[in-house]
Amino acid sequence: MSAGEREPILRVRDLSVEFTIGSGGLFGGKKILRAVKGVSFDLYQGETLGIVGESGCGKSTLSRAIIRLLPATAGEAVWLGRDIQKMNSNELLDLRKDIQMIFQDPLASLNPRMTAGDIIAEPLKIHMPNIGKAERAVRVAEMMQKVGLLPSMINKYPHEFSGGQCQRIGIARALITNPKLIICDEAVSALDVSIRAQVVNLLMDLQKELGISLLFISHDIAVVRHIAQRIMVLYFGEVVEIGEAEQVTMDPHHDYTKRLIASVPVPDPKVEMERREERRRLRRAAAKAA
Amino acid sequence: MALLEVKNLKIDFLTHDGTVHAVKDLSYTLEKGKTLAIVGESGSGKTQGAFALMGLLPKNGRASGSVMFDGKEILNLPTKELRSYRAERIGIIFQDPMTSLNPYLRISRQMTEVLELHRGMSHAAALAESVRMLEAVRIPDAKNRVHMYPHEFSGGMRQRVMIAMALLCSPELLIADEPTTALDVTVQAEIIDLLVDLQEDFNTAIILITHDLGIVAGTCEDTLVMFDGRVMEYRKTADIFDNPEHPYTQGLLAAVPRLDRKVERLSTVSYDFMAAKGEA
Repeated sequence: MSAGEREPILRVRDLSVEFTIGSGGLFGGKKILRAVKGVSFDLYQGETLGIVGESGCGKSTLSRAIIRLLPATAGEAVWLGRDIQKMNSNELLDLRKDIQMIFQDPLASLNPRMTAGDIIAEPLKIHMPNIGKAERAVRVAEMMQKVGLLPSMINKYPHEFSGGQCQRIGIARALITNPKLIICDEAVSALDVSIRAQVVNLLMDLQKELGISLLFISHDIAVVRHIAQRIMVLYFGEVVEIGEAEQVTMDPHHDYTKRLIASVPVPDPKVEMERREERRRLRRAAAKAA
Repeated sequence: MALLEVKNLKIDFLTHDGTVHAVKDLSYTLEKGKTLAIVGESGSGKTQGAFALMGLLPKNGRASGSVMFDGKEILNLPTKELRSYRAERIGIIFQDPMTSLNPYLRISRQMTEVLELHRGMSHAAALAESVRMLEAVRIPDAKNRVHMYPHEFSGGMRQRVMIAMALLCSPELLIADEPTTALDVTVQAEIIDLLVDLQEDFNTAIILITHDLGIVAGTCEDTLVMFDGRVMEYRKTADIFDNPEHPYTQGLLAAVPRLDRKVERLSTVSYDFMAAKGEA
């Protein structure tokens, strides 16, 4: 592994998350939905780990369990040597200063009644309450500039911004507490191609500059391959493959990863014609096996 | 004679803040059985441009120019006259299958209704034809599934139902508006491959409206790139991908990360176009 002998900042071992569903009325039995099944991985400082999977594979549940927005039912997640499940409320507050999140829907994840400036300043108020009002305003303005927003937009409300700008407000909010890890949950999936390119570049630049780690969760393996050094593939709550981004995309081992990669359209007509034939072949083989 | 000839199509929306020019100048020609991709980002006018020819603009929309379908002008026809074109000669598939299917009605009812109304078929014949079409879009156990409600289908299966419904009257033209955007990647590939197969089998002309250049690459013969209500580039798909001429198209192609090759940095040229328009 490229990370060598270093200690990981996040160590996840056999983590499982289960939900009880369908209390189903008077006689309906309860069912257990196992959303995340025994997931293990390490994350190192300054590294981007991509988590890829389709709807329902447990990728968002996993990220919520890591910051204990959801309880894990088995296994452990260890952040800088401390088990997240066993943290007390002070430790948990520290954890959520160190680990920030960026969500998919840029507009829905911002409070419509708060100005951009207030949204970006809020984590500072919670996590660094001894910072004065004037200092806070300076930091917010600096952060806005860093993510490519004009500080003159500080008093505008979310609906006055475009989708790309809203996502940059989300990034500024995530960065303002100097976190060690940012979890990006489908953070660029709702953006137009052009805007997505700009936000991806911004995330990569900021990461290089600040040395933070990223957990980059997405259904889009082409974007993940571009941004991540390592990729973990989730399928029905289980890790089916984890490895260097180049290896996972160019030489996938698991059948599901192969199918996933064969499904991603490549913007090249000649390549895509060949890939369609390959997909037809894989599908016929799968139908035969079934 | 071309199946569809769109000339200098213009679409305006009258809003409280003034007139919005959604489509400023759109022209293209589609021959029988051919495929055209209309590619653009949000606000490019790609969807409204297609909706206008079906008379599907919102009430505050105004379309001008010319749309000739099989030699007849259909732009701004009264709904009564358009009805004979809709479903019978022009089918349409929308992005979100759940909002375009009636959740209260069984699939059988929604499909047979089309055939009984437009083809005057008996119920039994219409049902048999519906099952045959569900089988054509590779829905397993179609005979039983035809009696299910939309919510009993997965997203991919629902989109197959939509495609089956759109093809029921063997239309000469199928308009697919972002048909796979709401679907998982593996399901998207199946639906796109299915559309290609059906196009070959039924010889239906297809207009595929999408933001995704990857989908376009293996699907359509011609590609039209739209930005800000205008045509940036309209050529053979292979030529556009080999040698994009317009800076916006060049930028758009280089803004997409690719699985088959590593690029150091994504292009933001097309982003600059969006920013100049005030949309980024």
